[in-house]
Amino acid sequence: MFNSCADPATIEGLTWLLCYLTTGKHLLFYTSFGVVLLLMLITAPAALAFGFGGAMAARSHFLPLSLIGKAYTAMVRGVPDIIFFLFVPIALDQAFEYLRHKTKCPDWDQPIWQGNDFVVCAEAKLPLSSSPQWIHETYGFTLAVLAFAVVFGAFASNVIYGAMQAVPRAQMETAEAYGMSHRQSFWRILVPQMWVYALPGLSNLWMILIKATPLLFLLGVRDIVYWARELGGSKTSHFDYPHPDWRVWYFVALLFFYLLMTKLSEKVLRRITLRLSHGQATLAGEMQRKAAR
Amino acid sequence: MKTLILTAAALALTAGLASAQTVRLGTEGAYPPYNFINDAGEIDGFERELGDELCKRADLTCEWVTNDWDSIIPNLVSGNYDAIIAGMSVTEERDKVIDFTQEYVPPAPTLYVGRSADADIKGVVAAQTATIQAAYVAESGATLLEYPTPDETIAAVRNGEADVVLADKDFLMPIVNESNGELVVVDQIQIGGGVGMGVRESDTELKAKFDAAIQSMKDDGTLNPLIVKWFGEDAALW
Repeated sequence: MFNSCADPATIEGLTWLLCYLTTGKHLLFYTSFGVVLLLMLITAPAALAFGFGGAMAARSHFLPLSLIGKAYTAMVRGVPDIIFFLFVPIALDQAFEYLRHKTKCPDWDQPIWQGNDFVVCAEAKLPLSSSPQWIHETYGFTLAVLAFAVVFGAFASNVIYGAMQAVPRAQMETAEAYGMSHRQSFWRILVPQMWVYALPGLSNLWMILIKATPLLFLLGVRDIVYWARELGGSKTSHFDYPHPDWRVWYFVALLFFYLLMTKLSEKVLRRITLRLSHGQATLAGEMQRKAAR
Repeated sequence: MKTLILTAAALALTAGLASAQTVRLGTEGAYPPYNFINDAGEIDGFERELGDELCKRADLTCEWVTNDWDSIIPNLVSGNYDAIIAGMSVTEERDKVIDFTQEYVPPAPTLYVGRSADADIKGVVAAQTATIQAAYVAESGATLLEYPTPDETIAAVRNGEADVVLADKDFLMPIVNESNGELVVVDQIQIGGGVGMGVRESDTELKAKFDAAIQSMKDDGTLNPLIVKWFGEDAALW
């Protein structure tokens, strides 16, 4: 990065450290923090959407829909995360490629599964093997977001389902007495009130999500933990900057990152709880009302 | 679901610009000097140089990909890349699942390395998961301690979790030489075959191309100097 870093063997001390910390590999390490943050910011709303959909389906009076909603939460919550993360992206990837293969190469005469091999025509590959690496990485990232959203959505679904049941029946009865339809009372009375009950459970999920990102490497996305391990491992003179096993320092840096994330999240979550409790028929809402008087 | 369809559609569109022969090479990127990620963040090492030369000779455009060692074969057969070039010894078990090109590194010795020359090679032995070394230790009756990356097997010996580590000589020698006497070679054995490239069993065309390219490098004498450059003067040659 700097001119003085051209020959690392001749420099030492602080300059060496500065050069070391600005190698291309370290820059990749720093960008991976951004990747992890981006993943959380995209996954959280996506998982919330999956969860909300699951809870609405589970509450449905239409039996098949309610069964689908309940089966979704039960199945995903029951399967260990690691198995899920290994299976879902590969299955999704093969499903996409299979569909593309069927439409793009109708006159392909060989079987798609040849023993262990999954073979589709070159045009059906997703992404194409000729596309640049960043497309492959974006695709992997998308699959990762999807897998995370499905898994965390199932947990969120159960939390939201419980929160919807927790809204006092009297509130719904009042809505019905005012002549609101089923749909109106759901969107105007139930949903705005249920968040305050869902929040403790959802905040748990958010904290778990923050710490679950190392699972990303299973999906080929190189996250902060991968780079910390890779950079910290001992380096022989095949490398420009040989050093002994420094993993502990990298993991200490990660520790501070995760603690900082936790602190920030707690701050934001406390503020949201305060906002949501406003005017609610809960203890916190009641205390706010008394304090304001 | 909607985002899923949208992204799939977007990727389908971007994927429209196809050119014929691009081959994706999968490697581990954690096994110096065979393959490692250098300080610039790029894949480097003996296999990088070899792979680029082979692709040039076979007239292929090659793209490098890193993948976890554990899932390197499953990702090959499901088509995420087209060839494995990752210091993988040719073994019967692997040959049942994938195909190998001819070997580009002759069978190299395997070393036991410990903290002292009298370390117990029948005690706790560290090895990387799913390697020929791990299989050998499991059968030898010693206690096997498996790690996902080669570097962690060395760390296990340094901090005393394992008595010795069992790995390729080419990988261990630079580490022993630079350890200031902290690590020493305990024993040397010969297991497994040479190192070849892994391809899908259905991909006979690609296998033939790489076979021809490796043969041409052996014939015109460019492979041996490359082995000496990365593995040192006393490496086994063709």
